[in-house]
Amino acid sequence: MREFGYQRADDVSGAVALLAADPDARFLGGGTNLVDLMKTGVERPARLVDVRELPLDTIEETADGGLRVGATVTNSDLAAHPGVRRRYPALTQAVLAGASGQLRNMATVGGNLLQRTRCGYFTDLSRPCNKRAPGSGCSAVTGEHHNHAILGATDHCVATHPSDMGVALAAFDAVVGYETLDGPGELPLADFYLPVGDTPHRETALPPGALITGVTLPPAPVAARSRYRKVRERASYAFAIGSVAAALDIEDGVVREARLALGAVASRPWRAHAAEAVLTGAPADGDTFAAAADAELAAVRPLPDNGYKVTLMRNLAVAVLTELAEEAAR
Amino acid sequence: MTTATSGRTRLSGVVGTAHTRVEGRDKVTGAARYAGEIPFADLAHGWLVLSTVARGRVRAVETDPVLAMPGVLAVLHHGNAPRLVTDYAGLMGMTPDPTAAVFQQDRVPHVGWPVALVVAETPEQAREAAEALVVAYDEEPHDTELTADHPDAHPAGGVMPAETGKGDLAAGLAASAAVVDAEYTTPEEHHSMMEPHAATALWDGGRLEVVDSNQGTTWIQGELASMFSLDASAVRVRSEHIGGGFGSKGLRAHQVAAVMAATELQRPVRVVMTRRQMFSLAGYRSPTTQRVRLGSDPDGRLLALEHRSLSRTSSVYEFVEPSAGVARVMYDADAHYTANHVVPLDVPSPTFMRAPGEAPGSFAIESALDELAERLGVDPVELRLRNEPEVGPVSGLPFSTRNLDACFREGARRFGWAGRDPRPGVRRDGRWLLGTGTAAASFHSGAGPSTATVTAQADGTFTVRISAADIGTGARTALTLVAADALEVAPDRVRVRIGDSDFGPAMIAGGSMGTRSWAWAVTEAAGELRERLALGVTVPPEGITVRSDTTAALGTLAQKERHSFGAQFAEVAVDTATGEVRVRRMLGIFAAGRIVNPLTARNQLVGGMVWGISMALHEEAVRDRTSGGLYAPDLAGYHVATNADVGDVQADWVDDLDPDDPVGIKGVGEIGVVGAAAAVANAVRHATGVRHRHLPIRPDRVLSAASAGGGAADA
Amino acid sequence: MAPAPSSTSSAVTLNINGEKHQLTVDHRTTLLDALRERLDLTGTKKGCDQGQCGACTVLVDGRRAVSCLNLAVAAEGREITTIEGMAEGDRLHPVQQAFLDLDGYQCGYCTPGQICSAIAVIEEHAAGWPSAATDDVRPEAGPPPLTPDEIRERMSGNLCRCGAYVSIVQAVTRAAEAHEAAAQNEDAPVESVKEAAA
Repeated sequence: MREFGYQRADDVSGAVALLAADPDARFLGGGTNLVDLMKTGVERPARLVDVRELPLDTIEETADGGLRVGATVTNSDLAAHPGVRRRYPALTQAVLAGASGQLRNMATVGGNLLQRTRCGYFTDLSRPCNKRAPGSGCSAVTGEHHNHAILGATDHCVATHPSDMGVALAAFDAVVGYETLDGPGELPLADFYLPVGDTPHRETALPPGALITGVTLPPAPVAARSRYRKVRERASYAFAIGSVAAALDIEDGVVREARLALGAVASRPWRAHAAEAVLTGAPADGDTFAAAADAELAAVRPLPDNGYKVTLMRNLAVAVLTELAEEAAR
Repeated sequence: MTTATSGRTRLSGVVGTAHTRVEGRDKVTGAARYAGEIPFADLAHGWLVLSTVARGRVRAVETDPVLAMPGVLAVLHHGNAPRLVTDYAGLMGMTPDPTAAVFQQDRVPHVGWPVALVVAETPEQAREAAEALVVAYDEEPHDTELTADHPDAHPAGGVMPAETGKGDLAAGLAASAAVVDAEYTTPEEHHSMMEPHAATALWDGGRLEVVDSNQGTTWIQGELASMFSLDASAVRVRSEHIGGGFGSKGLRAHQVAAVMAATELQRPVRVVMTRRQMFSLAGYRSPTTQRVRLGSDPDGRLLALEHRSLSRTSSVYEFVEPSAGVARVMYDADAHYTANHVVPLDVPSPTFMRAPGEAPGSFAIESALDELAERLGVDPVELRLRNEPEVGPVSGLPFSTRNLDACFREGARRFGWAGRDPRPGVRRDGRWLLGTGTAAASFHSGAGPSTATVTAQADGTFTVRISAADIGTGARTALTLVAADALEVAPDRVRVRIGDSDFGPAMIAGGSMGTRSWAWAVTEAAGELRERLALGVTVPPEGITVRSDTTAALGTLAQKERHSFGAQFAEVAVDTATGEVRVRRMLGIFAAGRIVNPLTARNQLVGGMVWGISMALHEEAVRDRTSGGLYAPDLAGYHVATNADVGDVQADWVDDLDPDDPVGIKGVGEIGVVGAAAAVANAVRHATGVRHRHLPIRPDRVLSAASAGGGAADA
Repeated sequence: MAPAPSSTSSAVTLNINGEKHQLTVDHRTTLLDALRERLDLTGTKKGCDQGQCGACTVLVDGRRAVSCLNLAVAAEGREITTIEGMAEGDRLHPVQQAFLDLDGYQCGYCTPGQICSAIAVIEEHAAGWPSAATDDVRPEAGPPPLTPDEIRERMSGNLCRCGAYVSIVQAVTRAAEAHEAAAQNEDAPVESVKEAAA
C-alpha cells in the first residue's frame, strides 16, 4: 500500500471539491472494499476523502410511500429500518444476506453500489484482467469461472457484481442521486451500471468525480410482499452463486404486478424484465413461473464450468415466486 | 481455577473431571499474548516477497530502488543471504523442506516461493517496499496438475510402507457376491488456523532467541541450530500461546528469514505471514485421487480389498498423503492391497494436516463401504460390525484396545439409527430432502520421548516444566490435572509452564501424541517427587526438582496396534433445486483412551467433526492451470465452515483404557475429523440417491447430478 | 494539474476503552495495527487483515466492526472498545465468563473477536434487529427469539477454525439469557451485559 493523503469532508460540496483537486483521489466510505483493495494493491489512491461524516445518514419515508436513503446510511441501519422492513422486506433480507454483522455496520449504501467484483483474477496482480488492467486479457474465460457471469458478459470480462442489496434495489426501481462540481444529478439503477462490452473497467455511468448522495426508492406497493433468497457455497458469510429478489401482487389467482431481479449472474444486478412480462397478467402458478424464468434465461451464455447457474437460477426464481404465491394465498 | 463440575478433592483424582482452561481467563480478556504480540525495543519488521511464476529462475532482484524507500533497512535474497546447512536429519529423520531454507538458490519451484525479505522500521513501510520490489524471472513451462495416470507417479512411503499386499485380488473379487470399484477424489485443503505464522528473532547475550508460534519449541530449536550451525544450547525458542496449528506450525520460511535478518541487522526482527502468503508457505493437504475395490460374500464379509491413493508433492520435497493406510488398520480380507503413490509437481510442498492420510483415506473407503452395504442390502452399521478384525490386518499384531463395536452400538442407539429406512430420497421436510449416514474412524495412538521437570516449592506449590505446546488442545490444563493426580495434590497447587525449549526435549503437538507423551513424562517426574516428599524431607528455598525422561520406558512398550477408534453419524438436509446441503446433526462416539479433561476433549472431538463438515461441503483450494498459482487464496475464496454451517454436533466416548499407558491416554486431536466427511457424503446419498465421490459436495455438483439423472446418477 | 502535496500521516486522538491516546499515524495504519503495534493492545487479533475472518472485531461507537478495514486516522472521534475494555476490573463481562465456563474456544485466537461480536449480537437482538435467519423481517412480526439458528447466523462473521462453534453458541445463549433476565428484573443482583460502549 503506497502512502496517501487523508482528508475528512465536512459537507457534500466540499467533498466533491476535494476529490476534484486530485485525480488519484478516492472517496472513503465504510472502507470494507476500498481498504481491502488497497491492501491487495488493486487500488493505489494518492488521497482519500473520507465521506463517512457527511450528513447523508438518514432514511426518510417519502409522502408517496417511497423511501429516500442517504448514501452513508450503513447496511445495518438500512436493514433494521422499520419502513424498509415494512415496505420493501426483500431489501432488508438482501442486505442481511450480505457479508457479516461487523461489515454491515461499516459498509454504506453508496459504497455498496460501487463495490468491485470478487473475481479472484481481479485481485491477483500477477494475472491478466481487463477490469483491473485494460487490454491485458481475461483470465477467467479459460480459467476458474464456476462462479462467473452467465448473462450480459463478453469475452472481455465475465465477472459478476457481488452486491446483494443491489439486486433488491434493482427490483424496486431505485434511483441513485449524486453530486458533482456542476451540481446534482440522478441515475436510475437500470442505467447506473454500464454494459460490459469491451470496456469492463468502466463500470458505472456516474460522471467523473461524482459523489453518490443517496438512493430513492419510488413507492411500490407490490414490494410489501417480496422476498430475497441467496444461494452460496456455505450457509453464511459468503458471496452468492445465485440470488433472487422477487415481489408479487396477485389478485384472483392472476399476477397483477411482478418484480424480479437476479444476483451473481452478471456484471450488474440483473433486472428480469423478460420474466416480468411473462408474469404480468398470467395465472400465478408453477407453469407461469417456469415460463417466466425460461424467458429471462433464454439469453444466457454460460461458460464450460458455470452452466449449473442456469438450472440454479431457474429453480431459485420458481421457488421464490412459488413461496410468494403461497404466502399470498394464506 | 474454576471447575465446571463438582469440586472434587485430589483423593478421588481430577483426571477425568471437567476443568476450564487454566489460561482461559487470559484468553477471554485478551491478555494472552501470541507470538507476534510480545513487544521488543527497536523491533524491525520483515515482509516476505514471493515468486509470481511457477517454475524458472530468479534473474535479478532489483534492490536499489527499494533500499532507497523510507524506513527500509535491508533486502535479503539468494544473492546476499547467508548460506545454511540443509543436509541434516530433522524431524523423523527427514531433511528440511527447502521452502523453509530461504534464499539459498535462484531456482523457483512453484508460485509463492520465497524470493526475498524486505526489512523496514514499520510494517507499513516493509509492506510497501516488498510490494514495490521488482524481481525478474526466467520462466519455464510448469506442470501443476495431478492426474491419475501421471508418468512421474511412484510409490512413496513417508511415515509408513508405500505398499502392502497379500492374497489373490482378482480371485477374491471374482468370488465376491458384490463388488464396488470406484474412484474418489479430495481437493487441495489448507490448515487455515486463525493465527498466521509469526516469529521474532533476536540475539541476546550471544544467544539466539526466537519467539514463535509453533507446535514444538525444541523441534524448531533443533532445526534452527542445525541450519545456522549453532550449538542447540545457543538457541532458545519460545511459543507460549499458539493460535491453532493442525500440522502447519513447524519449521517455515518466516522463522529462518527472521533469524537471518536479526543476524544481519543485529536487532530484533519480526516476520509475520500474510493470510495470502500462508496459502503457499504454510503447507497444505495434497489433493488425492483414490481407487477403492471391495468384494464381499453375500453377508458383507470382505473377501477382497484394494485401496490405492495418489497424492502430489513439490519438486523439492517429498511429502506423502498416506490415504491408503486406513485399511491396514480398519478392515481385513484374504486379498488385501494398499498403495500410496506420489507425483512431484511444480507446486508448494504439502505437509501434515489434521489426520494426514486418514482424513481423505477414510472418505474413500468409508464411502465405498456404504456403497457395498447398499448393494448388498446390509445395514451400514451392521456391515462394519461384521468386518471387525481380530488383529491388525497387515501387521498381525493384537490391538491394545479397539472397542469400535461399542462405539457403533452406542452411537446407533443415541442417534436413533434403528428403524432407518434405507431407501434414498424418501424423507422430506419442506424443500429439504433428509438423509442419514455413518462411517467408522481410526487414528494412530502413539507417544514420543519427552522430558519434564517437576519442582516442589517451599511454599507448598509445584511447578511443572515441559516444552509442550498448547495449540488449542487444552494441553496445559490436561497436564495440570495429570500432575495434580500424580502428586496427589489439588490442581490449584500446580503450575504448568510450557512452550520453552529451555525446558528440554519433548514430543511435539502432533500426531495426536502430544498429551499422551507429555503426560507420561509429567507422571514419572511427579510420581518420583511425591515419593521423595513422602519421606518427610523439608523443601529448601530453591525447591526440590525431579527430572524425567521417557525414552527408555517407551522403548520397552510391547508391539501392538494402538489406535483411537470412532463411529460417526450424520443427518443432512439437501435442497436439490438449489444444491444446498446442511448438516443438521452429527454424533460421534469414540474409543479414545482415557479422557483427561472431558470439557476440552469433547470440544476438540467436536472441532474435528466440524472439520469433517467443512471438508465434505466447503473446502477446496483451486489451482489455476495457466499460472500454477491458487485462485483467490484468502478466507473469502477458501471457505471453511462458519457457525451457521454447524448444527447440533455432539461427541462422546465409551470406556477405553490403554493398559500400557501410565495415564491410559490415547489421543483425541485427529480422530474427530476421520470418517466425518464420509458420514456426511453417505447421508447425502441417503437423502438424494446421488453418490458424491468428489469433495467438496458443492451446490453445483448437487445441482448437476440432480438435473442429469433425476436423482439416480452419481456425481 | 499536479495535486497539491499532501501529508501522509496525521496526529490523531483515539478514544479507546474510555482512555484518550494521542499519536501520529501513517495514514496506511489500520485501527487494528494501531492497537497492536502502537498502543500495545494486542487482545485484538489479526487473522486475515482483509475482513474475512472477524478476529479483529472491536466495538466502534458501540457497534461491532472489523478493525482491519478501519483506518486509524478515520477512527478519530469514535469510541473504540476492545476486548481489554470488557471486564470491570477483576469481574469478567458475562459473555467472557460464559466463554470461559463453557469452553467457547480452543486456541483462543479468534476469541476476543468472538466475544466482542457476541456482546454486540446481544445488543442488536435486544434492539429488535432481524437477521438472515429471521423468517419474517416485517416489524409487525416482532423481534425474533434468539434461537440457536439466530445465534449461528449472527455469529457467522467470526470464523473459528478450531471448530468450537457448538460451545460458542452455548456461551452466547447463556449470556443472552442472563442479559434478558437482568433486563426483565432490574432488582436482580445479576450484572447486566455492559452497555456496549454506547
